[in-house]
Amino acid sequence: MEENGKHAVLALEDGTILYGRGFGAEAQVTGEVVFNTSMFGYPELLTDPSYYDQIVVMTYPIIGSYGVPKHSIQDKHGLPLHFESDSIKVKGYAVHTLSSPSHWASEMPLNEWLEKEHVPGIQGIDTRSITKKLRVNGTMLGFLKVSSSEPDRDQIKREISRLEDPNQLDLVGRVTASEPVSYENGPSAPVVVLVDCGTKYGILRNLLGTGATVIRVPYNYSADKILDYEPSGVVISNGPGDPSKCTNTINSTKELMKTDLPIMGICLGTQILALATGAETYKLKFGHRAVNHPCLDLKTGRCFITTQNHGYAIKSGSLDETGFEPSHLNANDKTIEGIRHRNRRVFGVQWHPESAPGPYDTRFLFDEFMQAVTGR
Amino acid sequence: MKDQTIKSVLIVGSGAIKIGEAGEFDYSTSQAIKALKEEGVRTIVVNPNIATVHTDEKFADKVYSVPIRTDYLEQIIADEKPDGILLGFGGQTALNCGMELAEEGTLDKYNVRVLGTGIRSIEMADNRELFKQTMLEKGIPVPKSGKASTVEAALVVAGSIGYPVIVRVAYTLGGQGSGVAHNDKELREIARKGLSYSRIRQVLVEEYLDHWKEIEYEVMRDKDDNCTIVCNMENFDPMGIHTGDSIVVAPSQTLTNREYNLLRETGQNVVRVLEIVGECNIQFALNPQSEEYRVIEVNSRLSRSSALASKATGYPIAYLAAKLALGYTLPELSNRITGVTIACFEPSLDYIVVKMPRWDFQKFANASHEIGTQMRSVGEVMAVGTCFEEALQKAVRMLDLGRELTDTEGLARSTKRLQEELKHPTDQRIFYVAKAIQSKIGIEEITKLTGIDKWFLEKIMGIVDFDKQLRREKISPDIVRRAKQLGFSDRKISEATNRSEENIRKYRLANGIVPCSKQIDTLAAEWPAKTNYLYLTYGGTQDDIQYPGQNSLIVLGSGCYRIGSSVEFDWCCVNMGVALRKEGREVIMINCNPETVSTDFDILDKLYFEELTFERVLDIIEKEQPDGVVVSVGGQIPNSLAKRLAPYASILGSSPDSIDSAEDRSKFSRLLDRLRIEQPRWSRLETLGQAEKFSESIGYPVLIRPSYVLSGSAMNVAYDKSQLVGYIRQAAKISKKHPVVISKFFAGAREVEVDAVGDGTSVFIGSIIEHVENAGVHSGDATMSIPTLTISEHVKDRIRDYSRRIARSLRIRGPFNIQFLVKNQHVLVIECNLRASRSMPFVSKTIGVNLMELAARAMLGQKVEDTEGTPGSWCVKAPQFSFMRIDKADPVLGVEMVSTGEVACFGTSFDDAFVKAYIASNYYLPQPGDGVLVTMAKTRKEILPYARMLADNGYRLFATRHTGEEFSENGIESRTLYKVSERKKPNIIDSIINKDVKLVINIPTSNGDITSQKILRDEYMIRRKATEYGIPVITNIELAKTIIESLTRRNGSRERAASGVLASQQSSVANSGPKNIEKITIPATA
Repeated sequence: MEENGKHAVLALEDGTILYGRGFGAEAQVTGEVVFNTSMFGYPELLTDPSYYDQIVVMTYPIIGSYGVPKHSIQDKHGLPLHFESDSIKVKGYAVHTLSSPSHWASEMPLNEWLEKEHVPGIQGIDTRSITKKLRVNGTMLGFLKVSSSEPDRDQIKREISRLEDPNQLDLVGRVTASEPVSYENGPSAPVVVLVDCGTKYGILRNLLGTGATVIRVPYNYSADKILDYEPSGVVISNGPGDPSKCTNTINSTKELMKTDLPIMGICLGTQILALATGAETYKLKFGHRAVNHPCLDLKTGRCFITTQNHGYAIKSGSLDETGFEPSHLNANDKTIEGIRHRNRRVFGVQWHPESAPGPYDTRFLFDEFMQAVTGR
Repeated sequence: MKDQTIKSVLIVGSGAIKIGEAGEFDYSTSQAIKALKEEGVRTIVVNPNIATVHTDEKFADKVYSVPIRTDYLEQIIADEKPDGILLGFGGQTALNCGMELAEEGTLDKYNVRVLGTGIRSIEMADNRELFKQTMLEKGIPVPKSGKASTVEAALVVAGSIGYPVIVRVAYTLGGQGSGVAHNDKELREIARKGLSYSRIRQVLVEEYLDHWKEIEYEVMRDKDDNCTIVCNMENFDPMGIHTGDSIVVAPSQTLTNREYNLLRETGQNVVRVLEIVGECNIQFALNPQSEEYRVIEVNSRLSRSSALASKATGYPIAYLAAKLALGYTLPELSNRITGVTIACFEPSLDYIVVKMPRWDFQKFANASHEIGTQMRSVGEVMAVGTCFEEALQKAVRMLDLGRELTDTEGLARSTKRLQEELKHPTDQRIFYVAKAIQSKIGIEEITKLTGIDKWFLEKIMGIVDFDKQLRREKISPDIVRRAKQLGFSDRKISEATNRSEENIRKYRLANGIVPCSKQIDTLAAEWPAKTNYLYLTYGGTQDDIQYPGQNSLIVLGSGCYRIGSSVEFDWCCVNMGVALRKEGREVIMINCNPETVSTDFDILDKLYFEELTFERVLDIIEKEQPDGVVVSVGGQIPNSLAKRLAPYASILGSSPDSIDSAEDRSKFSRLLDRLRIEQPRWSRLETLGQAEKFSESIGYPVLIRPSYVLSGSAMNVAYDKSQLVGYIRQAAKISKKHPVVISKFFAGAREVEVDAVGDGTSVFIGSIIEHVENAGVHSGDATMSIPTLTISEHVKDRIRDYSRRIARSLRIRGPFNIQFLVKNQHVLVIECNLRASRSMPFVSKTIGVNLMELAARAMLGQKVEDTEGTPGSWCVKAPQFSFMRIDKADPVLGVEMVSTGEVACFGTSFDDAFVKAYIASNYYLPQPGDGVLVTMAKTRKEILPYARMLADNGYRLFATRHTGEEFSENGIESRTLYKVSERKKPNIIDSIINKDVKLVINIPTSNGDITSQKILRDEYMIRRKATEYGIPVITNIELAKTIIESLTRRNGSRERAASGVLASQQSSVANSGPKNIEKITIPATA
């Protein structure tokens, strides 16, 4: 157990206040409090842009055991193998017990990394009881503060009373690439444009792994600008927050849908596909954030274990007029997890086939997409 | 969907508990039966392990308590005509037997389908060479290796790989016969042994991945190729120590996401290649310095690890594997813990689990205490906590060694010895790791010597440091809370702070420092769980469930399996719990043994996977406020808590005072005197002089029971003064503080037991049991017969009378057992235990009356009938030994128990039941034409008529020189074999190795008539070698006579499987006992 004498408090909008020990940066943050049930993969999770502005509670009680892997461990395209973006995207981190690290690949303890990236963390709290609260009441807004002095109760109450929902903001705009980035894969490689709504490196790694050249463009790029690259296919990435706020991306997607380009949506990207064709999305009570969610392929009956990180979902029944049909359901709560266009080579999944963290079961979706791309 | 053509299924069990195959298969088989019965499938179980829960009449439709051998299986298949057979639930025993059935063509002949994982897959997983080829073809990395059928070939393979190498044996359980060789000389010895153990005389010589991380995955796959990982586990002890002998944590702690998923994906590939349908365990070695890995081993069946994974996650692996075998797919099945989610998912834990093994080397004379690539532990415990420190310290306490992690007094101190211990681990491993840290040996060095990851060592260092801090600092709520979070017991805190344990408890309660209960719910609270599968932790602030419970009763479980307390007590616990539940009570189980049915989360109303310590049981009592606690069915651990718990809860059944009156030797002795019941003379002595004087007065031989043992076993028999003195001086202490109890030992007396249930006045005698061996063999190692063999009706009446009088005077309410000696029509009482005994499942199944059901009702105040059970047929219980697994252990029987398990078989005659029981306990019983070696000193005369019987019936007699001479003087033909020390051919050891000799009868020369140490050494060598080469050794004269009589009387005739059906399921049995099963007509016996 690491001790640095820092105080920490996590307060929820319903008035719940939990005192613990602080780690990482001395700072105070507010955000949506969500829980994740993955037992490993915290470096990937912390850098996943879909968690932007959220305070993440880990249900697994021992976090930090293998430290922070070296950023220098990279693939041939220069993408680090243990991280999903260039920095920590989670706003605040809540764990039961922070562990000191032991691993050959580690370059620093988790505590140090959070400190470097100005992210506050709290440990020594009953994370299971928070999880149960979020499960019953639904996702809540919260306030996390790490300080060297004891937290002031009145201040905490004040902070809770003025919490604002970050989902009202354009979160995607804050995590998207500021300008196009090209990842070359040889002169004859097919070109895929990745619309970056806050993409995980995992999507890049997998697309590059199929042999494509990937051009990652900002989320608000118009369809024309995308088509200027003469892509063989388009992928719309994952990203944080409410998909309906991504009006630019929804509009460009509407245009792209008029072409016969193969399109693949991942997570938020799938919601955008749905919204672009007239379907509706809604906020889930407490979201899906795990690496063990079973998804049923409605055509084959096969079940896949998937990595998930989404707070919104496509309203079932709203697909009827869109040309899409549900292709996958979450086997636990029967929400829509995948859509496939009835007559176009366009599909999307709510989960993360690139995993990171999580199981590799559905990486084949990238191959399916590339078959559509190259079969053109 | 389920295959509708499967209407009846034969489930093959695992037989007796032995090292490497223990209670986990009781759990897996009972789950399978449950899964099948729900589908309306008729279940037929073959398992001679009478003490298991799944062989109860309330489980399978029909139970055959017969040997797991193809000849018996074929008879059963012919009679029962099952549509399918399940081989994956009874360990390696069932798998091997199933393979043989397939090879012999029996399965085809009777059109029996192997359900779940098929024969071809089993073979691919079990045949190492085939496995290696298959994996390499699919690009799955396995260790470099080569097979060898001779020692020379093994040397060649090792030459090409380079030392060190590990030798592995095809088709064995628990890594039997395997070992690490660092040079040619070591390899020769290991390969020779390994070859002899192998069913196909083949070993694999393999690259030795010393100190790589050892990681296990439990994988489920259905017929449609849906595939999930139930659990991954990391061994605290790296490669080099068998996973059964390793401390194991779940989930893995030191793997990155990439490593986890790399192995996960490979695991899925492996099961796909093998076409597993059901469950499979995969072991990986992972380089601690890179992402390099190898697939080490695959178990294509339920295993100890899968039982552990089930308990660690709450995911009922065996139950679901049985459903998959019937044709279901994973998405079709629901997660029973939530009721809303499906079975096709991967559990997420929000706690950490630590499994720890227990060894019992001290029970065995001469045994080596080293641990390594062969499994030698006899049991294990599982602890749950919110941090590793808490779970680890709980686990150490659960082992019931009377010691905690930081109790390292008495261990070697010098740095050199510590380094040696770390490098060559023994059963003291974890304590030496703690000791090394206390002694300031650096973490880096410990990692280098042991291969244990720094992560684990740093946590232990945290505990060691905190222990020191606790001693240094003034007590405060904060420090006590921290101590509790790190898993310190009240006792440890009390020691460190010089207070009493009670005082610490009061201090805690006053400061609100109490543990909270958490559910094990498979999904880390993501979904609402309906489960009452619980643990307690100080790493939380809120209970997951509402307290107090209603109308509840707590049953204390039996804890870690060990020699002397095994599955039989779990049977008692489960049956007690189920019976109390039937009476309308909410029943709460507390137990910490993952190999049990009692820790199946839905067998009773609530399960606390918790320590059976006073502190923890009281924590639960305070929360639950039960109406009563049952302490009398889980063996010695719960029994010994009775007195301390009595002020806090009502103890159900016999009162703690009564328990004490039976356990306290002086009080019990006075009671017998008052009742005018004879007992062997005894005394408690405090000096050696007194001991000698008393022994002289009662006459030798005497039985010595020290209260403090320095080394070796706790009890011993002395035949003269020199032995008495020698034993006490060498092995025990004698002082005022550590008195020694000496009692008269009766040579040549018969030993008889009574298992019964009292209601305070009336007594239902389950049965009078007679041992085949004379007194002097521990009751747990004795061969038992119901009905009795030599006891007259007159003596039996006296035994009944004594039993009833003792029960009445102690107001026994519940189960009890009394042991008697019978000599020359005299009946003496040795001891009386006011608790369930080891033999109660045996008795219950023989008479068709469940003694636990009677006991449950008696404890709730109902009457029992003042009668006696009637056996439905002959039933003989035989011990199962695991001497082969304990290096150097001398396979002799004595007053200390050394068997690891037992079987019992029914029969139409004593011979029928007896022969079946011995075959079932894995004795090869020789056939006419086979060689039998007889070697003995003093008792030669007694064996003469029996040797003649063997010779007359066509057995080939071998004898040592003197025994042979005596045979020939009496006109019995035998061939002389020379002892090793005689340096002549033909030599005994050679005859054992080349299997000329199929049975060894050696009645050991007692220390009393030592003429030379050489004789003792020679005899030990013969017994040990025979054991190592799998040849049965009989060391008891009555047992030898009985075997010879039974064999010769039954020459030529074959035992029938049909007569081995559970008594209450035999149509011919008329009995008055309670029954809830349908009578089944079976064909008449031969």
